[in-house]
Amino acid sequence: MHELSIAMSIVELAAEEAERRGVQIDAVHLKLGALSGVVKEALLSCYEMACENTLLQGSRLVVDEVPVVIFCPSCRAPRPLSSVQLFCCPECGTPCSEIVQGKELEVVALEIQECVPNPV
Amino acid sequence: MRPEPRLIEVRKNVLKQNDVVARALRDRFRAAGVFVVSLVSSPGSGKTAFLEKTLTLLRPNYRVAALVGDLATENDALRLARSQAPVKQITTGTLCHLEAAMVQNALEGWALNQLDFLFIENVGNLVCPSSYDLGEDLRLVLISVTEGEDKPLKYPTIFNSADVAIVTKVDLAAVVEFSWETAYNNIQAVRPGMPVFQLSAKTGEGLKEYLEFLATRLTELRQSAAV
Ligand SMILES: [Zn+2]
Repeated sequence: MHELSIAMSIVELAAEEAERRGVQIDAVHLKLGALSGVVKEALLSCYEMACENTLLQGSRLVVDEVPVVIFCPSCRAPRPLSSVQLFCCPECGTPCSEIVQGKELEVVALEIQECVPNPV
Repeated sequence: MRPEPRLIEVRKNVLKQNDVVARALRDRFRAAGVFVVSLVSSPGSGKTAFLEKTLTLLRPNYRVAALVGDLATENDALRLARSQAPVKQITTGTLCHLEAAMVQNALEGWALNQLDFLFIENVGNLVCPSSYDLGEDLRLVLISVTEGEDKPLKYPTIFNSADVAIVTKVDLAAVVEFSWETAYNNIQAVRPGMPVFQLSAKTGEGLKEYLEFLATRLTELRQSAAV
């Protein structure tokens, strides 16, 4: 299980941003590829612990799962993979090893509370 | 004033720190002309016996060394020292994988240009090591015939992060009714085109082809560096 250390990296990264921008973060949005090697459920269950005693305490982790997309040399086009157990083009069956998408482990957005003037 | 939720866009790779260190390592390996091979497997795949054999057989012709990632409870480094090659242990404590910074620390003070091959044995685990680049040139994923043919389907991510698959303990294949064809097809399903070697550290079967492959890769590396 390396999800705790991944969660701690996410928190560290977000806390740095929070400090730099002087904001309070409510949620961290993460892109998680199916080939990232990180299990969503395990990561979510580690997140709260990783947030303890940091600027991120009480924040949420929002995970956007990214499916694998391969490039099919026969179709000359990107194709979504139907299963990570079979790296073949779903249209023509050609074996494909070029991965276009699916390894992501990226913080893509931070949700903050911003004070705006009350409407009149 | 009232609070309003707002999204700020950022784009930050969570493993950036590791990737930066791995890149620095790779540059250092390139400059030194050393070919770096990492090994991943589940515990009990015969990884240490395989590495001991590799070091012993390469040593007459090449300058070899190894780093070994061990959990607190293990000591594979001691066993590998029998090969007479320089071996250094990296104790990961409870951590289930090596990270680039650990490799960097372990290599402090090493004269890498005095080496032809450096092997890095990761902690026995088929999940966690997949996310961490160690700056290696070649990542080997090992499965033993005793683990069954479906390992690649259970752990497609690690097979996808690796360059070469090694099927070990083939001397036991008949006993455990291991189907080479099924295993090979499963590996190709999760990683089309992946080279696969089958060998036995015990009987020596298949080692020659694998060692020749490593030697070829080292030659290619040096040739491309010379251009
Ligand atoms: Zn196709």
